[in-house]
Amino acid sequence: MSINRREFLKIAGASTLFGLTGTAAVEEILRTNADAAVLKGPNALNAKRWAMTIDVNKIRSEEEYRKITHACHSIHNVPDIGNKKDEIKWIWEEEYENSFPGLSDEFVPDHIKHKPFLLLCNHCAKPPCVRVCPTKATFKRPDGIVAMDYHRCIGCRFCMAACPFGARSFNWRDPRPFIKEENKEFPTRMKGVVEKCTFCSERLARGQKPACVEASNGALTFGDLEDPNSEVRHVLSTHYALRRKPDLGTGPSVYYVIGGGTEHA
Amino acid sequence: MLEKALTGSKRYWTWITFLLAFIVAGVLAYLHQFDYGLGVTGMSRDVSWGFYISQFTFLVGVAASAVMLVIPYYLHDYKKYGKIVILGEFLAIAAVTMCILFIFVDLGQPMRVMNVILHPTPNSILFWDATVLNGYLFINLIVGWTTLTADRKGTPPPQWVKPFIYLSIPWAVSIHTVTAFLYAGLPGRHFWLTAVMAARFLASAFASGPSLLILLCLIVRKVSKFDPGREAIQSLGKTVTYAMFANVFLLGLEFFTAFYSQIPGHMHAFQYLYAGIDGYSKLVPLMWTSTILAVFALIMLVNPNTRRKEGMLALACVSVFISLWIDKGFGLVVGGFVPNPFERITEYWPSLPESLVTLGIWSIGFLILTILYKIAIAVRERTASWPELH
Repeated sequence: MSINRREFLKIAGASTLFGLTGTAAVEEILRTNADAAVLKGPNALNAKRWAMTIDVNKIRSEEEYRKITHACHSIHNVPDIGNKKDEIKWIWEEEYENSFPGLSDEFVPDHIKHKPFLLLCNHCAKPPCVRVCPTKATFKRPDGIVAMDYHRCIGCRFCMAACPFGARSFNWRDPRPFIKEENKEFPTRMKGVVEKCTFCSERLARGQKPACVEASNGALTFGDLEDPNSEVRHVLSTHYALRRKPDLGTGPSVYYVIGGGTEHA
Repeated sequence: MLEKALTGSKRYWTWITFLLAFIVAGVLAYLHQFDYGLGVTGMSRDVSWGFYISQFTFLVGVAASAVMLVIPYYLHDYKKYGKIVILGEFLAIAAVTMCILFIFVDLGQPMRVMNVILHPTPNSILFWDATVLNGYLFINLIVGWTTLTADRKGTPPPQWVKPFIYLSIPWAVSIHTVTAFLYAGLPGRHFWLTAVMAARFLASAFASGPSLLILLCLIVRKVSKFDPGREAIQSLGKTVTYAMFANVFLLGLEFFTAFYSQIPGHMHAFQYLYAGIDGYSKLVPLMWTSTILAVFALIMLVNPNTRRKEGMLALACVSVFISLWIDKGFGLVVGGFVPNPFERITEYWPSLPESLVTLGIWSIGFLILTILYKIAIAVRERTASWPELH
């Protein structure tokens, strides 16, 4: 029965993505089940291993930060519950010393020390969250994205204990009343499941870059880490970049460009 | 044999009613949690496991401790344990049942629990933990029930049950090792990332389980005509002594590694638990209570003059049990989450509904234990005058 349902959803999802249909019924199904239905469209972006660079010097104002996090949270129906205990976040700001514990010292220049860093799921090459999940509800896709099936997650939160980056949030209560403006094209979640950044797999399937990248005015780049000609590889070959907690061996795919580039424009 | 649990003194029924009251309160609190979500607990994005998982961890140890009776009795033919080995096995059944319940109430989507079986995932330690826990429950049910039935009939236990008895020994070690692996294999949680975790779990298990068993033996002797035997209790007391020393030693090793190496990540959780960080010190009084009780218990236990007095031994056992409950049933799990991956501190304290659910499950455990012990005692009282069978 579940296979039939899933097959149906794939077809329904694909039809919507191709723009062949847009009936209210399909939208209603998509609203709650779209994650099972991310199927690539004809213009889909593909990669062997998706990665991101974040140039911390290119994001200058609080407003710019908010624009980026809002772009993500609004399209993904991330609720704003308003208290720290129940908080759900996919991308957010932390100071340098909290982003890179152990790398901080008192002589770090002020513009770095008090610079907010954008944090999100690192889509690790060897994700501990995937290793510990007892139901394969969180899994690694062939393109390197660490994805989730919200319908299979039993809410054991082993992945939250395993993630060294604090990237995962749990729905401690029904999130739906706290979604300001619901995006009908992306599923909402229910209480009792874990969620996190998806590297916008649903947008990649339509040929669009992640929402945060699009909203970043060039501060964030996105591309295939295994393609030497990709934008991220270009940035990484010309700038000095850090990853969070690389010593743990999880292989984070998000790079933070700290210094200026060697390149002259 | 179950019918033996249906007749009892007024005191017996008062105790059962008392437990049922807590169970009802626990069920009601759980229904509230089921409806609202796990937000009714004190857990948060930063401390994402709390009381439930800590109780589970602690009780796996209590369950595993049955092996401290099984090994001397079945492998070394230590006859003094003949009468009480069943008490250890039945304690294991009650404890494992509580473990399974504690995992269940901790799930955000409990209706999906069968996904663990529908989508078996051998790379997940939780998958193995579910497997070994259910296996251990099954083994102890078979062994406990068969040996007791045989006893009632006055015959030796059937030969086919022997392999299960021997299997229960490595299996008991496995349940606590696998439970330790839940924690000890996670990158970035320095407090848990230690090779001695499983060893420490076993040491604390073999101290807390047998100390509870001693207390239960003393209670059994008081409320029934069945005497577990002074010598058996004294031998268990020695087990508690050795295991508690081993546990404190292993904890000492953790302190050495953290503080001699001076690696901040390794020191943080200890600093938070025993001294507090930046004024966050909710667990400090508890951890020091645990420490003081441990020292007190060790003094009482290591001195033969106090250990041999049953009242003193009982006091030491209560101390050991509470000390280890705080250490493992609270500090170990919460400490692993503080500070969080951003080196910020979020504190945890169980909420009222969470405490009621927890009390409810403990009451279910004690109810199972009471019923099983009632049956075992009824059989033992009848056969007490018979000559030794094995």
